Amino acid sequence: MTGKLSAGDEAAPRHATLLGIGSYRASRVIPNAEIVDAIDSSDEWIQQRSGIKTRRWAAPDETVQSMAVGASRKAIEHAGIDIAQIDAIVVATVSHMFQTPAVATAIAHELGTDRPAAFDISAACAGFCHGVALASDMIRGGSAKHVLVIGVERLSDLTDVGDRGTAFIFADGAGAAVVGPSDEPGIGPVVWGSDGEQFDLIRQKEDWRDVLEQERPTMPHLVMQGNAVFRWAAFEMAKVAQQTLDKTGLKVDDLDVFVPHQANMRIIDAMARSMKLPEHVRIARDIADQGNSSAASIPLALDRMIAEGEAKSGDLALLIAFGAGLAYAAQVVRVP
Amino acid sequence: MATTEEIRADLADIVNEVAGIPADDVQLDKSFVDDLDVDSLSMVEVVVAAEEKFDVKIPDDEVKNLKTVGDAVAFIERAQNG
Repeated sequence: MTGKLSAGDEAAPRHATLLGIGSYRASRVIPNAEIVDAIDSSDEWIQQRSGIKTRRWAAPDETVQSMAVGASRKAIEHAGIDIAQIDAIVVATVSHMFQTPAVATAIAHELGTDRPAAFDISAACAGFCHGVALASDMIRGGSAKHVLVIGVERLSDLTDVGDRGTAFIFADGAGAAVVGPSDEPGIGPVVWGSDGEQFDLIRQKEDWRDVLEQERPTMPHLVMQGNAVFRWAAFEMAKVAQQTLDKTGLKVDDLDVFVPHQANMRIIDAMARSMKLPEHVRIARDIADQGNSSAASIPLALDRMIAEGEAKSGDLALLIAFGAGLAYAAQVVRVP
Repeated sequence: MATTEEIRADLADIVNEVAGIPADDVQLDKSFVDDLDVDSLSMVEVVVAAEEKFDVKIPDDEVKNLKTVGDAVAFIERAQNG
């Protein structure tokens, strides 16, 4: 026991912040009219249940990798840093169809970064906020200086178009954020957790080995117990939102922007009611046009709010992501 | 102990708040789905609010049996007395 471990970078910055945001919307606009026949439903029913009018689905050449690269280039440009300064890439996705390797390394290569640490995380719809929390801690811990966090999904591949409960919900797209060092805190403490007792509420239908034992193997689509998920998301997550504000030392009145995971308009409305959000807080409602793009939904929604002037640089935004696992993560950030 | 009418009136206020239905329409013989147009997601919201208001547990399995306002009031009365 003679060796002594160095503690690493003693000069690690005290704080981290979002430096830039970018997004990529899958190009195919699919109105409810195009999907209702397969589920014996109507435009009115879908809008009433979910607030979704159209969803974005990817064209054949819009892959998980290409959409992620598209969003990342915009985020890096917004951040105003050189691409070689990215020293870690965290990709949140459930729809990269390789069990291994991670799509993060391919994205890093296509972007032309300088061999950063690159890995995927699996936290479903909660993935982006998990990634932001990791990035913030990596920077403050001295493991990286500029982290590219990407949420990307091509859920149309995993959607059962004949399932009344889910066919109208899921969508495709990518969002990315560059997280870097700062003098002031730009990313508040994360409140996160899981509830594995409810593992079955949203999940891939079967294990891949069970799929292969079928006579005619089919894609193990996503299945969901909608009402139970709604109950958890609308009410338990409103409590998590309040815990996040408490931990950050803020009141609900201090918020400028609320960006919940774009799961369902009814969840967003119920959360806002339950949280007693004041009128001045702008609420992300990208779900209506984009559908639910899981890990990509929060950066897609926030980027749109910035583009449309609903979120301004310096605003305080509460991000809260929740989904399969069940898993959730939330933090308050300053809008870049 | 709350009377049946008091529970109905409180439940009517909840239904009004969640689904915007006039509280006077929320009578014991009314079906949530067929008469009051309360869909399954609104029903979840009504149930959660009712659990808080009446300090009872209404399990998911039970919710589908609560077809009328009267069914819900009777369940709440039993749960409060049990």
